[in-house]
Amino acid sequence: MRDAKKVLLAASLLAAASYASASGTLIYCSEGSPAGFDPGQYTAGTDFDASAETVFNRLVQFQRGATKVVPGLATKWDVSSDGLSYTFHLRSGVKFHSNDSFKPTRDFNADDVVFTFDRMLNKDNAFRKAYPTDFPYFSDMGMPDNIVKVEKVDPMTVRFQLKTVDASFLADLAMSFASIQSAEYADKLLKDGHPEWINSQPIGTGPFVFKRYQKDAQIRFVANKQYWDKAEGPKVDNLIFAITTDPSVRFQKLKAGECQVAAYPRPADVALMKADPKLHVLTQSGFNVGYLGYNVLHKPLNNLQVRQALDMSINKPAILTAVYQGQGQPAVNPMPPTQWSYNKSVKDAKFDPTKAKALLTKAGFPNGFDITLWAMPVQRPYNPNAKLMAEMIQSDWAKIGVRAKIVTYEWGEYLKRAKGGEHDAILVGWTGDNGDPDNWLNVLLGCEAVNGNNYTKWCYKPFNDLVIKGKSTANVAERTKLYTQAQVIAKQQLPLTTIAHSTVNEPTAKNVVGFKVSPFGLNSFYGVSVK
Amino acid sequence: MFSFILRRLWLLVPSILGITLLTFGLIRMIPGDPVEVMVGERTLDPALHAAALHRLGLDKPLYLQYLDYAGSLLHGNLGQSLVTRVNVWDEFTTLFPATLELAISAMLFAVVVGLLAGVVAAIKRGSLFDHGVMGLSLTGFSMPIFWLGLLLIMLFSVRLGWTPVSGRIDLAFDIPVRTGLMTVDAWLAEHNDPANFAGAFKDALAHLILPSIALGTIPMAVIARMTRSSMLEVLREDYVRTARAKGLSPARVIFIHTLRNALIPVLTVVGLQVGTLMGGAVLTETIFSWPGIGKWLIDAIQRRDYPVVQNGILMVALLVILVNFIVDILYGIANPRIRHAK
Repeated sequence: MRDAKKVLLAASLLAAASYASASGTLIYCSEGSPAGFDPGQYTAGTDFDASAETVFNRLVQFQRGATKVVPGLATKWDVSSDGLSYTFHLRSGVKFHSNDSFKPTRDFNADDVVFTFDRMLNKDNAFRKAYPTDFPYFSDMGMPDNIVKVEKVDPMTVRFQLKTVDASFLADLAMSFASIQSAEYADKLLKDGHPEWINSQPIGTGPFVFKRYQKDAQIRFVANKQYWDKAEGPKVDNLIFAITTDPSVRFQKLKAGECQVAAYPRPADVALMKADPKLHVLTQSGFNVGYLGYNVLHKPLNNLQVRQALDMSINKPAILTAVYQGQGQPAVNPMPPTQWSYNKSVKDAKFDPTKAKALLTKAGFPNGFDITLWAMPVQRPYNPNAKLMAEMIQSDWAKIGVRAKIVTYEWGEYLKRAKGGEHDAILVGWTGDNGDPDNWLNVLLGCEAVNGNNYTKWCYKPFNDLVIKGKSTANVAERTKLYTQAQVIAKQQLPLTTIAHSTVNEPTAKNVVGFKVSPFGLNSFYGVSVK
Repeated sequence: MFSFILRRLWLLVPSILGITLLTFGLIRMIPGDPVEVMVGERTLDPALHAAALHRLGLDKPLYLQYLDYAGSLLHGNLGQSLVTRVNVWDEFTTLFPATLELAISAMLFAVVVGLLAGVVAAIKRGSLFDHGVMGLSLTGFSMPIFWLGLLLIMLFSVRLGWTPVSGRIDLAFDIPVRTGLMTVDAWLAEHNDPANFAGAFKDALAHLILPSIALGTIPMAVIARMTRSSMLEVLREDYVRTARAKGLSPARVIFIHTLRNALIPVLTVVGLQVGTLMGGAVLTETIFSWPGIGKWLIDAIQRRDYPVVQNGILMVALLVILVNFIVDILYGIANPRIRHAK
């Protein structure tokens, strides 16, 4: 560790020597400290912003500010006719970064891709044995079960062999956890007896080179002058993350000019930000959905008429005003309108408490019933205030005779019990991972997710057949058709009431040029400059 | 004195045992484990969950986990953070100087302003100044730190532009870390490389002002009130009247004869306020983006980072004990009667 300190000290001295003028510096008021800089180990945006979006690249990447998959470290790829084999042709001349302890002797090649995935797939991988860790996101996307092997065809070609056809595989590879590590650096760390430095001194091929991290204070990067993508490369010399956990303070820092971009503003501050002549607020419909799930294994929620009655008695516009403070749009389907295959023809049932009461009577509950309504204890992008939302729904339901008892637990406990199916109705939500419809419909409502993210416990064959077929079909037009039908079934059967897609706001100083809001809630600073 | 120190040191043993048991038990009483917290809404394969818990040693019975923890403590090993995988001692020593710098600065503010206000209020008892100081100190004592902090930022940083909003130094200065105390490091950097670091020391001081006021306000209010009442008591003593009758100057009577004797209860309060400072540091550090141990511990609790919570709190508790220990010794210096009694 003493060696690590010496290296850090040397790095900081070097950084001090290269102190640059503020004109080439972009300061981002980030929301928290990253847990580390090895993207494979983590699942949160805070970790990915500081590593995957700055230091690393992936074989394929999401276009900045969009969900479209574009070439990254692979220039092109071929998919076999059976859809089980993906061959990637790698970009030549891509340089890895260097730091005080590592200077790369070669360019990026197939060995780096094989190392990156072998470490996540193979428990006997030498590096993984020396530095044991888990890869939760990689596992959650079902990759360990589906990837049979990753092989080097030649120095610039890599082939992935899959067990079953997975139409979202390419999009999965564009996700942060699939960031490509340097095999040469890993070998060196192993040889030096410091494999853990992979998590503290990252080496990648990305637009920014990691310089120094000071927990809870700052992360410093400098531009990668050798970056392969000249059009979408770094446009500032220095990128600094000023870690500022309190959203009100981030706003004040932005106003005082102490940073140029601020993460996650409070909804209540957005109007003030828009009114400030020095600031600019970028707005995008959030790639998320907040919803109310009905546990269809519990009576009387197994009754469709009851679910319909509960659904149409909820006053969504009132929730959007009070809970989202106008920073959201009503959700109709369990995916946002920006997701391809979104079915525009599906409509919500009209808000009608009288009809809802009649439906309840018809279902055999003229005097209503008792129910538990679970409210999340935390603020999430898709639901800024679950407690208030629960109170509003409770009041709406009381009008049709349904007596809801609001239940809440600590967040970890909440999710654990909900996965166990203890709830009746539950407020929860989802943020899209990879821009694929399967990531909404199958993950939230598929039969295979009944013990996982499918909190409705709804396993309905006609729906499930469509999403399973969608996942194993490569043709986008065909998939769109299947998912469009699936959304109709979900609305007819109502395992959930979709509430809202929150609006994502990203305030920046007026002199920031080229910043784009990521649909995935990530923050990328390549291609961004300061006037 | 030696036997007194030994006795106090011996008392540390049950204190440490109690603290370790309490923190170990309390953090585990919060539902959820580190793996669940990291995964969040995502699916957690039970087999992977079990494997991760096994890797972290969290699948063992609780008493074995505690024995492991106590054993490593006895070997001077504070373990590794479950989240960042960095040694707890290294994280603590990296972050502690920031908290220390803030605490010292806040305490200086509290003692200097509190003592002066208390002394003047006692001398001018019943005056407008006395009522004003006591009213203000009551207000200061009652104000939540996060609210006061935000108010200070909005007034002095955003509206008047006198002080920076948050952080320890302007990020244009990339100060090399030497001591971890930003004022010292900035001074050293400016001294060694005036071309690149001109104004760094002044900037570091400017960053200290608002957090010190926010954190020091409650102890300052307590010290001011305590000094006032203690001074009033001593001012009634015969020897003060004698000193005055002897024709000593008013300053000498106040500062030598009265204040020194009035300091004992004030010192006790100062010692006790270290605990308040540590508690307040959590909020102050969050508001002012101050990278100290308060923020570190909160983050660790949220992430169920057991080794960090257990050992971080142990370190803070030991620090509070140590400061109170020093205060006990200072009693003797401030008042020889106590030293003789012992």
